Amino acid sequence: MKELLTGNEAVARGIGLARVEVVSAYPITPQTSVVEEVAKLCAAGKLKTRYIRIESEHSSMACTAAASMTGVRAFTATSSQGLAYMHEMLHWASGSRLPIVMVNVNRALGAPWNLWSDHSDSLSQRDTGWLQLYCHTNQECLDTLIQAFRLAETVLLPVMIVMDGFILSHTMEPVDVPRPEDVDAFLPPYEARYRLDPREPHVFNILADSRDFMRMRRQAHEDMNRAVELLEDIELEFQNTFSRSYGVLEAYLTEDAEVVLVGLGATCGTVKDVVDELRRQGFKAGLVRIRMFRPFPARKLREILLNQKKVAVLDQAVSMGAGGTLSQEVKQALFDDPHFRTREAPLVFSFITGLGGLDITPEMLERIFKETIHASGPQEEPCWMED
Amino acid sequence: MNKDWWESPEFLHPGHAFCAGCGFIIAFRHILKVLGADTIVAITAGCLGTNSGFLPSSPIKVAGYNTPFASVAAAATGIRAALDARGNSLTQVIAVAGDGGTYDIGLQALSAAAERNENFIYLCYDNEGYMNTGVQRSSATPLGAWTTTTPEGKAGPKKDLPAIMMAHRIPYFATLTPAFPEDFLAKARQAEAIKGMRFLQLLSPCPPGWGIPSQATVKLARLAVQTRVFPLYEVYDGKRIILNLEPEKVPVKDYLRAQTRFRTLSDEEMEHVQKEVDFHWAELKARADWFASKADDAAL
Ligand code: SF4
Repeated sequence: MKELLTGNEAVARGIGLARVEVVSAYPITPQTSVVEEVAKLCAAGKLKTRYIRIESEHSSMACTAAASMTGVRAFTATSSQGLAYMHEMLHWASGSRLPIVMVNVNRALGAPWNLWSDHSDSLSQRDTGWLQLYCHTNQECLDTLIQAFRLAETVLLPVMIVMDGFILSHTMEPVDVPRPEDVDAFLPPYEARYRLDPREPHVFNILADSRDFMRMRRQAHEDMNRAVELLEDIELEFQNTFSRSYGVLEAYLTEDAEVVLVGLGATCGTVKDVVDELRRQGFKAGLVRIRMFRPFPARKLREILLNQKKVAVLDQAVSMGAGGTLSQEVKQALFDDPHFRTREAPLVFSFITGLGGLDITPEMLERIFKETIHASGPQEEPCWMED
Repeated sequence: MNKDWWESPEFLHPGHAFCAGCGFIIAFRHILKVLGADTIVAITAGCLGTNSGFLPSSPIKVAGYNTPFASVAAAATGIRAALDARGNSLTQVIAVAGDGGTYDIGLQALSAAAERNENFIYLCYDNEGYMNTGVQRSSATPLGAWTTTTPEGKAGPKKDLPAIMMAHRIPYFATLTPAFPEDFLAKARQAEAIKGMRFLQLLSPCPPGWGIPSQATVKLARLAVQTRVFPLYEVYDGKRIILNLEPEKVPVKDYLRAQTRFRTLSDEEMEHVQKEVDFHWAELKARADWFASKADDAAL
């Protein structure tokens, strides 16, 4: 049934549909309405989850991880400073191979204080061993939440669902809320392979020597890489039941494009409009929206980009002293092509914008496309689009 | 201590890596015997964290989970919530942390769990310093004690954690030591029987940290009680105090002089410590006596 929901409301619905057993979360703007919605649903008896009103994000992830280790489906949500405060525990959750799902509502990291969306919070956690899935509509937020548990429980790694603050979290969109019985069929109850169980007692996370440690890290890396194909399989099933799917990445009018923009998240909705407009003007523009950022779908991206001449990467985060975070990933993906040196690789242009919620307007996006089309090659430094 | 008790199942394998004479491990062995097999232990960094096993084996025979330093109370909360979510109200959850994980880095999570009255037992093994990293000061380190980060002797007094826990009005708080086994067992059993947050404050003599011989652990723990440095008492709901033992007063300097960590304390400073101990004892006793006289008052 279609309902008008904000992104955060869609997330709260997803918690119920996924039959999450433990939620522990701390409010932070712009995630706050998730915890409020969960509290409301619990109070009304519409949500059967144990909801712990925890005192901090560090504790929130510690509590969620311990619950997951005890064998239940566990969820949390956060944003920005909260995600940064969890940093230690993010490593712990992935190192313990716990299938937690978390929503991170994007917001810039201070200092100075800023409330609005950019991708610096989630992208700066890219090395914590969490899968990262970036959504661009409220429907996708809800659907991804349901898919994410399947994915996490199969690869035994945690999944972070990422959505732009306010743009998705506080904006209403029509969302097709799946029927509980359909979700139940798609997402069976969670039975942990390894868990804290007095009948079969194990002590988890004791000291490991360097060899064991390194072997475990390699296994986690390999398992994470498997998640690219796994998500595709899961999506096939999802498509059959719910008639929707998203892909690990979404290519929009890339086949004959003269310039392709690569981006993440909600802005990609605007980019599609701009692509349409540019095509009306006679410019062959295209878009690749990366949905799965970790594991990075390098091979898939190469398949599309290696036939292109010019690629513009839209970064809403900067790794200071190195450049746009996403553009680094795109460049590495291209460089990793075995034939990189013998074929002509596309020129990669890096644009940094939208930091601290700076409005990314259609005009700005049009400029990015046109500058890329007209330029002979990229500058050494990324281009900062500040208005 | 009856024969049945000693013959009841053990949940600690021999061959663990704790120091000889560690006060905590004696207590841990006994508390596991009380709680039994249907127990999950949340463990944090500290001596138990590093000694809870070396892959692939562990000296602990019940289910256990290591969590980073600041988070043991939050982790125990999560374990309890997960058990409850699956309708298991029988399994006991116990969080175990040293004074670092309790008085300092873990205080936020502990305070919050206490305020929510989470249903688990929290055992703090207080050896009055960061002993696992090689004897550094914690906020539980007593006045004048030598540590590697207070080579001149610690400046301020020990943080009054019992007062903090009492202020949370938790259902049960008790102090215990490895030196009074009957008292220890009675309190462990009491903790097991109560629901909600139960906090056990264990004075845990630490031979390398305190500068005592390995065989002196029990003696030092007993002296701490006899000198009234570490009174044995219970507190119900943060209010009703019961003094479990009123020992003949032994001079505090007997306790201090038995440990090399107090070697820089002058006689004058020892006198000062004696006054502090006397003051706190009098306060505790007055409160306990007042409650004893009102034992039948339902309003309490
Ligand atoms: S350092 Fe102290 S507390 Fe730690 S194991 Fe040794 S005796 Fe026990």
